[in-house]
Amino acid sequence: MQPNTSSPHGHGQSERDKGAAGAEDADIRTYVTLMLADQLCGIPVLLVRDVLAGQQIARIPLAPPEVAGNLNLRGRIVTAIDLRQRLHLPPRSAANKPMSVVAEHGCELYALLVDQVSEVVSLRATDMERNPPTLPPIWAEHSVGIYRVSERLMVVLDVERLLKLELMMAA
Amino acid sequence: MDDLLPEFLTETNESLADLDLALMKLERGPDDKATLSLIFRLVHTIKGTCGFLGLPRLEHVAHAAENVLGRVRDGELVATPEVINLVLAALDRIKLIVAGLAATGTEPAGDDTAVIAALDRACAGDITPAQAPAHLPAETAETPDAQPVQETPAGPQTIRVTVDLLEDLMTLVGELVLTRNQLLQLSRAEGTTAFSAPLQRLSHITSDLQEGVMKTRMQPIGHAWNKLPRLVRDLAQETGKKITLDMRGQDTELDRQVLELMRDPLTHMVRNSADHGLEIPEERRAAGKPETGRIMLNAYHEGGHIIIEVSDDGRGLDVARIRDKALSKGLATEAELAAMTESQIRAFIFRAGFSTAAAVTAISGRGVGMDVVRSNIERIGGTIELTSTFGAGSCFTVKIPLTLAIVSALIVSAAGERFAIPQISVMELVRVGHGNDAKPGSGQSAACMAIEHIGETPVLRLRDRLLPLISLGPLLRMDGTQAKAASTTVVVTSVGSGLLGLVVDEVFDTEEIVVKPVAPILRHVTMFSGNTILGDGSVIMILDPNGVARSAGVSSRSSAASNEGETQSFQSDERVALLLFRAGNEATPLAVPLSLVARLEDVAVSKIETSANGYVTQYRGRLMPLIAMNEAGFQLGRRMSEGDAETAQGNGAAAEPTQPILVFADGDRCMGLMVDAIVDIVHDRLRIEIGGARRGLLGTAIIAGQAADVLDTSHWLTVAWRDWFGGEQTASKARQRVLVVEDSDFFRQLLVPTLSAAGYDVTSVGSATEALKMRDAGLRVDVIVSDIEMPDMDGLGFARIVRESGPWAELPMIALTSRGSPEQIERGREAGFTDYVQKMQREALIESLRQCLDARTGQLDHAFA
Repeated sequence: MQPNTSSPHGHGQSERDKGAAGAEDADIRTYVTLMLADQLCGIPVLLVRDVLAGQQIARIPLAPPEVAGNLNLRGRIVTAIDLRQRLHLPPRSAANKPMSVVAEHGCELYALLVDQVSEVVSLRATDMERNPPTLPPIWAEHSVGIYRVSERLMVVLDVERLLKLELMMAA
Repeated sequence: MDDLLPEFLTETNESLADLDLALMKLERGPDDKATLSLIFRLVHTIKGTCGFLGLPRLEHVAHAAENVLGRVRDGELVATPEVINLVLAALDRIKLIVAGLAATGTEPAGDDTAVIAALDRACAGDITPAQAPAHLPAETAETPDAQPVQETPAGPQTIRVTVDLLEDLMTLVGELVLTRNQLLQLSRAEGTTAFSAPLQRLSHITSDLQEGVMKTRMQPIGHAWNKLPRLVRDLAQETGKKITLDMRGQDTELDRQVLELMRDPLTHMVRNSADHGLEIPEERRAAGKPETGRIMLNAYHEGGHIIIEVSDDGRGLDVARIRDKALSKGLATEAELAAMTESQIRAFIFRAGFSTAAAVTAISGRGVGMDVVRSNIERIGGTIELTSTFGAGSCFTVKIPLTLAIVSALIVSAAGERFAIPQISVMELVRVGHGNDAKPGSGQSAACMAIEHIGETPVLRLRDRLLPLISLGPLLRMDGTQAKAASTTVVVTSVGSGLLGLVVDEVFDTEEIVVKPVAPILRHVTMFSGNTILGDGSVIMILDPNGVARSAGVSSRSSAASNEGETQSFQSDERVALLLFRAGNEATPLAVPLSLVARLEDVAVSKIETSANGYVTQYRGRLMPLIAMNEAGFQLGRRMSEGDAETAQGNGAAAEPTQPILVFADGDRCMGLMVDAIVDIVHDRLRIEIGGARRGLLGTAIIAGQAADVLDTSHWLTVAWRDWFGGEQTASKARQRVLVVEDSDFFRQLLVPTLSAAGYDVTSVGSATEALKMRDAGLRVDVIVSDIEMPDMDGLGFARIVRESGPWAELPMIALTSRGSPEQIERGREAGFTDYVQKMQREALIESLRQCLDARTGQLDHAFA
């Protein structure tokens, strides 16, 4: 999936058309949208190295619960982090296979397991709002802000915090 | 100027390093013209380049130094230590300026007038007393960027390559190896196709490429040592001692990564030797040693490892002081210390915060050293051992793997997942069945290996040793298919200096794997030393046997007691496998180290007969005496109810009473201790709290949370066989110790198993000089078997030296030879050999050994009579 700044369609549609560039170019942020436990989320596209589906994940004995295992990405070993576990959300059912968003952090590659990855949206930086008080604390902790996207809230995930080792549960 | 600067910096740093070494050389031999002109040339070049590049500070300092060196070269000045000190001071100043230059791109501001003035004065003939050499804060002068492929000035051409480029090459080659493995695997599945031949070729080329790129990463260890001569010299001056540094094996090559990691530990150890180990000249004279102390560095390759020895001939480690310090720091109790061997006590210096230095000096004594050294070494998969003789010196032996990146590994599976075990740790593979179905005491042949279970703990009897077993599945908390297969495999791995058996489901093959470090989030899991991608693309973890052993609580660092000739090695600060049992109708259970027990048997009472000497049973074709711990009130076959009811029922032979027996064996001799019940096997520390007042017991200890009496094994062994220990009074190892000196690997490998099977404890060395080294290191043996025809020192020379003096002078010595003329036999006897045996005559050798040893014990008996 190639990141692009053209107008998206379908799920997570932006309200404004970015075609009229002009003075707003500097303020446009592009996100990869994804679904996690029925919550729409976004990750800045520049942090995303790859999006994968149907990966063979080898489990790692004695790893912390949010580490789903290892996978082989073109010869590099990538650690898979199950975001549902990480955010203490209920586990996904066995029938639903996760998709992965591969991000880099501290010279290591991590595959963030999510339910579904949608497309790339471009939004105006000025539209980003602070986390509303109604946002459940588990999301608030790992979000840098939210966007209102066609009557839904899109939580912008704080990838750095998600991958912060010290915060992960020890085995 | 910008593009010239990096070149200048690199070149000047190299020159400075060379100058350090050369000045040391000059000091030792002030008339060395060649070294002198080298030094002059280097300084002259530096001065010239600085002038050309417009670096005034450097130019002036270098110029002043050059003047002094010029006068030395012309013979008007002698290169005394004071002069050398001045030149060194100038070099230090240059290093400082260069460091500043490297950091900022311009010369830092500063005042060199003092240094220059001192040099000018020296030129004029006025040599001020040596100034304390300036200690530079940090050697940041080395630019990490460039690395020459070879160092010889004349000879093969060299080229500079950046380290990053080499790292990239290395990674690419790693990927290539993996892809090649994948292709090979696929092609194996396909059989022979048109692809097979080119693929073979590709595979060979890949292997060669791999080897070549690995070589580029190799650097001589001398690079890590090049600062040491200067360091030692400065330390000698500061402490007022005389020290020489002997370096051997500088050309031994090792991986660049490993080299970097070894720099600091080596420096630390050398500092320790200079500061604490070596004595001041007066002390040395008083002790009859040469005034100049020696620190020796020796590096060599051995079987996939690099061995680095750092030794000194100083005062050695004072075991008594270490013991006191350990006590005062609360690291061990009196009782524990009493039960430790000397080498275990010495090992305390590796604990954090431990230092017996009376004063904390700037050099060492802060007590943060040796534990960091050890952990640094272990982090790269190496080990460090320490030997020391009080009064004579100490020696640290560091063993590190040759390369970290690509290793051979055995692929196994457990609980449905595959793992890799580094081939270096794998000693052997044993196919086992689950032996609970086999009829006990039926004298099964050794070919049928069975896992025996004591309670829940599995053990394996391997050539008269009970090997602790760990099942990987449960240990890694994997709930895979726990199928009780008809047969499984035990991978016998070496951990520290002991063995551990890993029970796996299946063993696949050995593969070359590229070790990739685990993700940071998994670093705390010590059982894995990395992960890798197999030929089929799957990712598997690499096990670290040491980590596995630690997690399972099995002692991974048993003391290498053989060099000390120590007796029972109760390791009171490590956990050992202990067998708990009940006997003599006591409420308190008894304990014995599992390693002493050869076998656990359940003998049918009907098979136990009485003789004039007591109870006996037929065991493996011989009569085995059975001893009951508590003669009075002993009842054959009576068992306590713990767990035995189920066993009896499970056997389906509840009608037939059986007697549990602990079998102790040594060569031909065996003895059975009749017990009431075997309780369990636990892993715990053996700390005898209350000394044994009763016969047959060593004392009481707390094991697995409850009090247990510890069996005095040697007592019971002598009850059964009065001459179990050959008449010697001490409770020494029952097996006689043989030293085999034989230069032919092939023949040594023939001989060693033969002698082991005959019941001897065999130590084998490849040369007489090595044998003598071991003698001086404290190895104790009972008999020596030596080849005559050996390069360097032959058997006759060896025998003469042994007989002349030393701990082995009275031992029986047997000569092995392919020739056997009467003259040679006579010459052998003259040199000191007790007997002469032809090489291929196994029986004759065993017979001769027996005779010699019997004769010796006969002598000893006479001595004691």
